[in-house]
Amino acid sequence: MPDDRPVRVLLAKVGLDGHDRGLRVVARILRDGGFEIVFAGLRQTTEMITASVIEEDVDVVGVSMHNGAHLTLAPAVVASLRNAGLDTPVVVGGIVPDVDLPKMLEAGIYAVLGPGASNAEVVAVVKAAAATRDGASVKPTPAGGRS
Amino acid sequence: MPTLLGRDSDDPLAKGEVGRAGVAVDTQADMETLFSGIDLGTVSTSMTINSAAAVIMAMYVGVGDRTGVARHALSGTIQNDILKEYQAQKEYVFPPRPSVRLVTDLMRFATAELPRWHPVSISGYHIREAGSTATQELAFTLANGFAYVEAALAAGLAVDEFAPRLSFFFNAHMDFFEEIAKYRAARRIWARWMRDRYGATDGRSLQLRFHTQTAGVSLTAQQPEVNMARVAIEALSAVLGGTQSLHTDSYDEALALPTERAARLALRTQQVVAEETGVVHVADPLGGSWFVESLTDELESQAESIFSYLLDVGSGSMLDGVIASIEDGWFGTEIADAAYQFQSKITSGKWVQVGVNGYTDGDDHQPPTLYVEPEVESRQLADLESIKQARDDDAVRSSLKRLETEATDPTLNLMPALIEAAARYVTVGECMGALESVFGTWVERSYV
Repeated sequence: MPDDRPVRVLLAKVGLDGHDRGLRVVARILRDGGFEIVFAGLRQTTEMITASVIEEDVDVVGVSMHNGAHLTLAPAVVASLRNAGLDTPVVVGGIVPDVDLPKMLEAGIYAVLGPGASNAEVVAVVKAAAATRDGASVKPTPAGGRS
Repeated sequence: MPTLLGRDSDDPLAKGEVGRAGVAVDTQADMETLFSGIDLGTVSTSMTINSAAAVIMAMYVGVGDRTGVARHALSGTIQNDILKEYQAQKEYVFPPRPSVRLVTDLMRFATAELPRWHPVSISGYHIREAGSTATQELAFTLANGFAYVEAALAAGLAVDEFAPRLSFFFNAHMDFFEEIAKYRAARRIWARWMRDRYGATDGRSLQLRFHTQTAGVSLTAQQPEVNMARVAIEALSAVLGGTQSLHTDSYDEALALPTERAARLALRTQQVVAEETGVVHVADPLGGSWFVESLTDELESQAESIFSYLLDVGSGSMLDGVIASIEDGWFGTEIADAAYQFQSKITSGKWVQVGVNGYTDGDDHQPPTLYVEPEVESRQLADLESIKQARDDDAVRSSLKRLETEATDPTLNLMPALIEAAARYVTVGECMGALESVFGTWVERSYV
C-alpha cells in the first residue's frame, strides 16, 4: 500500500440480495474515518470484484452479506482474488452465525464484523486488514471484530 | 431470493441462495406443488414479490384454472410495488417505466377478472428498514401510491374501479406515539388526495387499509430474548394506529430466519394483544389526545412538503416526480443519510438501544437458529431439470416469442401471454429474459 494516499476500500454485496443499508452506513463510517471508498454496490460477482480490485488498486475488500449464503459466496470472493495473485484482505460484514465463523476464517476471510460492531471497531479492523499488505509476513491480530 | 429477482434456480447467480430466504418457484409446477391439496377458492394468499410479480401471479392464476377455481373466487394480495424497490429494497430488474407498465397490467387484469384480489400492496416497510425516518416512510409510500394511481388512470382505468383494491403496508418501529401518528396521518392524506386530486367518489376509494409488520431492523442480535418485548410494543402501536392485519417478527430474526418456536412465540404475542388487552374493540382510541393529534398534524405537514418537492420535480405529475427522483438517486441518498444519522445516535449514545449501547451485561447466549440444508438447492435443481425435459419445447418457444412481441406494444396487457407461458411450464427466468430483451435492465446511479 503506497504511503502517499489513503487506504482504499472496495465495498460490495455479492449475490442477489439488495439490502444495502449496512453497506452504505459502513461507507460513511469509513469515509469519515479517512478511507477512500470504491463503492461497487449491489450484485457484484467474484470476477467483478477481482477486476475492480486490480483496476482501482484496492487495499481492502469489504463484503456485506445478509442472505445466508456467506459460506458459499465469501470464500469464493477470497479464492477469486488469490487465483488472480492478489493478497487483498477480505472483511465480511453482516449476519454470520457464530458456528460458521471458523469455516469463514479457514477460507481466508480476514475478519467478520457482526451486529453491534461500533464505528471505531469498523475503522480499526479495516486499518489492521490494510496493514497486512505492508509486506508483513505475519498477520497482525485485528483490533476488533470476530476473527 | 432468486425467484424474487425472476431468476431460475439453475441460474449461475442463484448459487447458494436457492430456498434460503423463501420458497423457490421456477415454474407453475412448483406453484402446483405448493398449493396441492389446498382449494384456492377458500383461502386468501399473500405473495411478497415485486419484479417478477406478474409472472408469479400468472402461475397462481394457472393453478386456479387447472384445479377448476373460478378466477373471481381467487382472493389475496400480491405486493407488486416496484417503485420502493428502486428506492429501498433494490430487487429491481427492468428500468422504472416498463416496470410500472407491468404493475398496471396486473392492476388492469385484476380489475377485470380478480375482483377479490389486491393487485398492489404499496409498501413503506422496506423504505423504513433501509433506514428512513417515519416521515420519509409515510411520504415516500404515499407518493408511490399516487404514482400508481396516475399510472392506472393513464392506462385507462377509472379511479373508483381500482382504488378500492389498493392496500398499504407499513412498518411498526419503536417510537410508539410517532408510529401511531404516522398511520393516522396516512389515512388523512390518502382520503384527501383521492377525493380532491384524483376525483374519487366511492367511499372505499378513500379508505387506506393497511398491513403492518414490526420493525426487523429494531431487533438486536444482543440479548435476543429482549426482542419479544420490542415486538409486543410495536404490535400494540400498529393496533392502536388502526392496522387491518399484522405480522409480528420473531425474536431471533437478527440472527437468522426464524425457527418454528420463535415464529410461534411471535404469533402468540399478537394473540395476547388481540385476546387479552381489549385494545381491538375500539377504533382510533387515541384520537383527541393533544399529543397524538399534534404529532399527526406535524407528520402530515412534513409529508405534504415532500409531496410538493416531488410534484415540482415531476412538473405536476407525481409519477414523473417519483421516477425522476429514483433516477437521480434522491430517494436513496435521503434514506442512506437517515440510516447513518440513526447509526450515529447509537454510536454517540444519544439513543440507547438496550443490550447494544446500554445495559449490555447479561445473557448473551445465542438461541438455536434455523439451519437450511444445502440439499434444498440440489433437490430444486433436479426438479427443474425434469420439468424442462418433460415440457413441449415448441410450445415454450412460441410462448416466449409471443411475450417478446407483446412487450414491444405498451398498449397490450401482458397478463394473458404470461398465463399462457406459465401453463406451458415456461420458467420465471425465461419469461423475465424475454421481457428483458425488450425492456432492458436497470443499473442504479452510483451514490454512497
